[in-house]
Amino acid sequence: MSQFYIFVKKECLHIWRDRRTLFILVWMPIVQIILYGFALTNEVKNSRIAILDQSKDDATTAISNEIAASRYFNLVKNLHSYRDIDATFKQGLIRMAIVFPRNFQYDLLHSNRAQVQIIADASDPNTANTLTNYATAIINDYQLSLNNNEQLPYTIKTQLRMLYNPELKGAYNFVPGVMALVLMLVCAMMTSMAIVKEKEMGTMEVILVSPLRPFWIIIAKTIPYLLVSVLNIACILLLSVFVLGVPITGNLGLLIWESVLFTVTSLSIGILISNGAKTQQAAMFTSMMSLFLPTLLFSGFLFPVENMPVALQVISNVVPAKWYYIIVKSVMIKGLGFFAVWKETLILVGMTLILLFISISKFKIRLA
Amino acid sequence: MRALKFLLQKELRQIFRDPSIFFILFIMPMIQLMILPLAADYEIKNINLGVVDHDHSGYSRKLINKIVSSGYFRLKDYSSTFSQALRGIELDKTDLVLEIPAQFERKLVKENESTILVAANAINGVKAGLGSAYIQGIIGDFNQDVRMQWIQAPRFNPQPTIDVEYSDWYNPDMNYRDFMVPGILVMLVTMIGSSFASNNIVREKEMGTIEQINVSPIKKTQFILGKLIPFWMLALAVLTVGLFIARIFYGIVPLGHYLTIYVFASIYLLAILGLGLLMSTYAQTQQQSMLVSFFVTMVFNLLSGLYTPIESMPQWAQIITRLNPVSYFIEVMRMVVLKGSGLADIKYQILALLGFAVFFNGWAIVNYKKRS
Amino acid sequence: MIGEKVISAEKLTKRFGDFTAVDHITFDVVKGEIFGFLGANGAGKTTAMRMLCGLSLPTSGSAMVAGFDVYRQNELIKKNIGYMSQKFSLYEDLTIRENIRFYAGIYGLTDDKIKEKSNLLINRLNLAGQEKSLVRSLPLGWRQKLAFLIAIVHDPAIVFLDEPTGGVDPITRREFWELIYDASSKGITVFVTTHYMDEAEYCHRVSIMVDGRIDALDSPANLMKEYASSSMDGVFLQLARKALRMSD
Repeated sequence: MSQFYIFVKKECLHIWRDRRTLFILVWMPIVQIILYGFALTNEVKNSRIAILDQSKDDATTAISNEIAASRYFNLVKNLHSYRDIDATFKQGLIRMAIVFPRNFQYDLLHSNRAQVQIIADASDPNTANTLTNYATAIINDYQLSLNNNEQLPYTIKTQLRMLYNPELKGAYNFVPGVMALVLMLVCAMMTSMAIVKEKEMGTMEVILVSPLRPFWIIIAKTIPYLLVSVLNIACILLLSVFVLGVPITGNLGLLIWESVLFTVTSLSIGILISNGAKTQQAAMFTSMMSLFLPTLLFSGFLFPVENMPVALQVISNVVPAKWYYIIVKSVMIKGLGFFAVWKETLILVGMTLILLFISISKFKIRLA
Repeated sequence: MRALKFLLQKELRQIFRDPSIFFILFIMPMIQLMILPLAADYEIKNINLGVVDHDHSGYSRKLINKIVSSGYFRLKDYSSTFSQALRGIELDKTDLVLEIPAQFERKLVKENESTILVAANAINGVKAGLGSAYIQGIIGDFNQDVRMQWIQAPRFNPQPTIDVEYSDWYNPDMNYRDFMVPGILVMLVTMIGSSFASNNIVREKEMGTIEQINVSPIKKTQFILGKLIPFWMLALAVLTVGLFIARIFYGIVPLGHYLTIYVFASIYLLAILGLGLLMSTYAQTQQQSMLVSFFVTMVFNLLSGLYTPIESMPQWAQIITRLNPVSYFIEVMRMVVLKGSGLADIKYQILALLGFAVFFNGWAIVNYKKRS
Repeated sequence: MIGEKVISAEKLTKRFGDFTAVDHITFDVVKGEIFGFLGANGAGKTTAMRMLCGLSLPTSGSAMVAGFDVYRQNELIKKNIGYMSQKFSLYEDLTIRENIRFYAGIYGLTDDKIKEKSNLLINRLNLAGQEKSLVRSLPLGWRQKLAFLIAIVHDPAIVFLDEPTGGVDPITRREFWELIYDASSKGITVFVTTHYMDEAEYCHRVSIMVDGRIDALDSPANLMKEYASSSMDGVFLQLARKALRMSD
């Protein structure tokens, strides 16, 4: 056992002495979390729009002001003719145009009916739909106010409750995904490269002739990275809560344990890759192809897995990050306990065991 | 300039002799363009619905029917209590829960008003927003139907109504393919331009052949051009293959001109290749170069507006995207393909990219020293 | 040996921060000479050579190569010299003929000249019929010889060789030196660095660098007499014992 301990110490020293890599391992996750945690969101706000007001009366002005004041919209242009609309869209200046016809208020007061046209740039359908909905809601509010907020008879009122994320903040959806991505990246990729570096440098042979069994060698190699990863988990959680504003609603202990589990899974993948790769380049390339891209694609935070064709959905089940993403959402955002995530946890544990088993049985005690 | 001819000859020979060229030129575009768009479908559809009906009346059943037959929702759960239905949301079986209270129909008819509860899993704000908008729209329609049943048209108290007319321009099918494929194509071309070019130069550094070049009378600019031109051509070739695949497999035909795309792409590549060149002047080993390329690519990728809208980002992040040449090309690609924008419409972006090209290439040329 | 000076260095120095790699060296090389630049690993040989080739800017001192000043006429020097690095920088994924064509071309040879030289070179190496094979498939010794002949394809005044015989067997080394003699007899000055002391005896004159300084400069015969040794090895050992610097 003391041999094992010596090995671990050597591995820790390796990392500690390689300041550059250590710097990357600790700072990279922090920088990435902040960068992507803030920047990646599909929340709709400050969308550039233009208004073509052909009436310029009190009603249109009132509505225009409401719209301009809304945090969803950023009124950037007041158009003067219908022809300008296409040109303005084509120049990429706006996402939506609202058109008031002539005599808007007159028609509204005298014939009780007036028209408004909302033209949305449907290049991005979701944004177009969301903006259209927001604009319509504002117009409806105005309409209601004209009637002194008198309700129509036989009205069904809808009470809307937004669960877990009442302000519809984008961070709640993306931050758990970024967490998965960053942990996966640091643990798996960096680990596999470090192990392969040893192979490249030739010191691997020295280790292999030592009396320590291969299983323990592997474990010893990964423990320092496990420690760094735990540090990373702590940083990521702190950043999520205090900088990105995503609170931990559920049990902190459960969240940490699940994160450690995911880290171990990622490390197992890293070990597996390092087994097969002969050069650091190959290790990095393989990590990218088999870890980074799948995590990005199939974890569910960037692309909706439920919309994918069945074949891809099946593939997504093999990606550990997908399960971790579900776990983080359930525990951190929904505030649920273990009962809600035991299935996903079991899957991660299973994956880890399978990966470790394969790694160990394939770990060549002879290098050739 | 004769030396340039020899440099180009050598580069092109090396490129075509490299077996991975076939992979880059054909396989990679195919994989990226055929798998990614399948994954990147952000359309809000198949919303899983849970229903709690305490009323079991004619109206409640009619309403539920109407919602389910709209096509937006899939009825996945029918519970008897709200907390039971909530379990569905907790376990991600349902996205939205509709609770119709007891006495719903009676209250509506007798007291003129009734309330329905809609609870949505709002972790994905856009999904929750659109989902609840859809369901409210359907409820509103149902409401109108009920009103029509009870009130004769003329007895309607005439109230000012604003009719909203909706038009969706440029993507009438509301199709995410058309939105994502052009962007993904940009990514593909960018990778060739920056990573591959950069790696190539660093490989020469590692092999020592760069030293041989440095000791020869070849001028700095000749060497740099000798590297830029082949990769520029390669990237444009990949662009062509990609546009072809887009047309054949997705039926995506640009509303604007192909020429506009090529003109912009040419300038864009100058900038991106310049960046790759710049990165290579700093890296000593291929491993360093790959690592740096990887991270730069990741940042450019994620902060380009390809997957998440730039307007949703905080101000400081938007500034970063203004410094990211990729976001310009993605913007332009979408504009030309979907809206038919022309060269005049994108002059601002062209200028920006020219600026990038001068900046990156200039810096790289200054950095690259034949003599250290 | 009296002759026109093709290389002339005076107090040439290269410093990297606090570390002085090349310490005020002064020497001359005459036309047609085979000049050996000896020293242990880390003594500064390669750094000195790189300054003469225009790959590295000297910190102080002066030097003239092929009649041009290393500070101000660097690019002119490059037109008149050849170079062969330790890694025999040939393009492995190009054929022999393509490598020759490339290097000849960038040194400004006309197409006719290139053809002529290519044939000469290929025949000289007895590789006729194989010129379309990739350099990758050549054994190390052949690559070495090819690299040398390509380095002088443009008939430069001086050719610089940086540890050219590393890793090859003695027979190949012998053949290689024959090529060097050939070049020297045609009037090409050969400046070669090496840490193989037996090769020193092939040179007209050698210098021995220790800790960045030139501690000895003369013909091998004279040096062996001066240091009362029967081989250059012995001479070198005596000088190297004084060295403070460890090898790279």
